Amino acid sequence: MQQRNQPAGRADGASGTVSVNLTVNGTRHSLTLDPRTSLLDLLREHLDLTGSKKGCDHGQCGACTVLLDGRRVVSCLTLAVMQDGANVTTVEGLAKDGHLHPLQQAFIDHDAFQCGYCTPGQLCSGVALIAEGHAKTADEIRELMSGNICRCGAYTNILAAIQQAMRQS
Amino acid sequence: MINFQYVRANSIADAVNLIADDPAAKFVAGGTNLIDLMKMDVEQPTKLIDISRLALDKVEDTAEGGLRIGAMVRNSDLAYHPAVEARYPVLSSAIRAGASQQLRNMASTGGNLLQRTRCAYFYDIALPCNKRTPGSGCGALAGHNRMHAILGTSDACIAVFPSDMCVALALLEARVHVSGPNGARTIAFDAFHRLPGETPQRDNNLEPGEMIVAVELPSAGFASNYSYLKIRDRLSYAFALVSVGVGLEIADGRIKAARLALGGVAHKPWRDTRAEAALAGQAANEAVFRQAADIVLRDARGFGHNNFKIELARRAIIRALTQAANGTPQSQSNKKIA
Ligand SMILES: Cc1cc2nc3c(=O)[nH]c(=O)nc-3n(C[C@H](O)[C@H](O)[C@H](O)COP(=O)(O)OP(=O)(O)OC[C@H]3O[C@@H](n4cnc5c(N)ncnc54)[C@H](O)[C@@H]3O)c2cc1C
Ligand code: FES
Ligand code: FES
Repeated sequence: MQQRNQPAGRADGASGTVSVNLTVNGTRHSLTLDPRTSLLDLLREHLDLTGSKKGCDHGQCGACTVLLDGRRVVSCLTLAVMQDGANVTTVEGLAKDGHLHPLQQAFIDHDAFQCGYCTPGQLCSGVALIAEGHAKTADEIRELMSGNICRCGAYTNILAAIQQAMRQS
Repeated sequence: MINFQYVRANSIADAVNLIADDPAAKFVAGGTNLIDLMKMDVEQPTKLIDISRLALDKVEDTAEGGLRIGAMVRNSDLAYHPAVEARYPVLSSAIRAGASQQLRNMASTGGNLLQRTRCAYFYDIALPCNKRTPGSGCGALAGHNRMHAILGTSDACIAVFPSDMCVALALLEARVHVSGPNGARTIAFDAFHRLPGETPQRDNNLEPGEMIVAVELPSAGFASNYSYLKIRDRLSYAFALVSVGVGLEIADGRIKAARLALGGVAHKPWRDTRAEAALAGQAANEAVFRQAADIVLRDARGFGHNNFKIELARRAIIRALTQAANGTPQSQSNKKIA
């Protein structure tokens, strides 16, 4: 538990752990963590949300992309404790009431993956890209999706899927 | 990663006090560079002071017609800020040329200035690096140095400062507002980052315990004639081999004033006021641009793998000046170089 007489975020000196409260896909969680825990490791190792992938762990691939208070970020380069109080959406949280998110359906329609390892990151990134509204042309979509690497090279179909979801939104 | 204590600063004064107490502490803002380096054990702070929630996230007009950008303004928010897009498009363009939208959503203005080199010898603690471990030698000098500096190098270090945003800030003559144990001060952009000399462990002239609180832009934004041209190994999401930022003031086909800065070529954003002076008063044509490029590169020196950067830089300077003069800045989404 957080000690009330200390400002938020101060580590508990005795055990060296920190308490973190955050909402993931609509569910509130209270955890006690080693301060070194990345947001990605919190999701995968503590909440068993293994949709977000660890490709590089250094911000270089985008496989760990999640929505943090609605904005896309790489969850491997932020500490869970820094996100105390935040609202996180992972790929597991994109479908609503048993219906796939339109971008998820578009990925299926366009066969926008092969191995699927980059797909959770591509989906979260694409959902955010559509919400940001900066990308209109194919070039702009490609550029603003460049933070998500696909080793299988499904880029052409990923672009088509995003364009379909964009038309629907 | 070694363990550390985590504390959240409640105010600028709190942050400055917390760091003054502990020389092994570090501020964390977006975390995109520091946490990466902590994972590699290159940075080993024993305390992290989180400044990401401080109310330094505003972009405000200044009395002299410029802009004051809070240290916690995220790179993406700055790039798409209407005042920056309209009045300082070279800054918007340079930011969008760097990293990815995910990283720009996290990265802060202050953190961008203080990001460290991407030199592979700096990143690997098993290898020699005077910047990381003073006195251990420079692995890049006779090693793999394709990405390394061609200007302002020393026998101790040939690393480059990797920021794109800072190339634009250099040519816009930004000022850096800092707060520290001895109060507040303002540092001119050109005096902020350092050349390696004998002390490559020092990237910049911040004193221990000082914190960046804001970056201020003067009014001149070169919004009509500018370009940011970044040349890299792939079209996006890669650090610059060479980048060129240009701002021109042109009247009747003649250059009234010129600003020119390079990224990816030195230990700091490389601005050359001699080349700028040589452009002023001239007609805007290729011969004049070539002359300016020759001035910038007069003392350029390669180290083997990076020799090609000298000619690449010459061509990039000429091309970026041409783009700026023609009012056709490099697009950051259509990567065809016009
Ligand atoms: C895969 C990848 C690709 C990238 N590509 C590019 C690129 O192409 N071009 C480019 O320009 N950049 C690129 N970057 C770098 C990115 O721009 C920087 O990591 C980012 O700007 C750093 O900001 P931050 O807020 O995350 O800093 P942090 O990581 O939080 O901090 C960096 C340093 O600054 C210090 N610090 C932070 N804020 C302050 C302050 N206000 N006062 C005093 N000290 C402070 C910290 O103590 C730390 O030492 C890339 C990064 C990654 C991971
Ligand atoms: S795992 Fe986070 S970017 Fe690769
Ligand atoms: S589908 Fe295999 S990496 Fe993208």
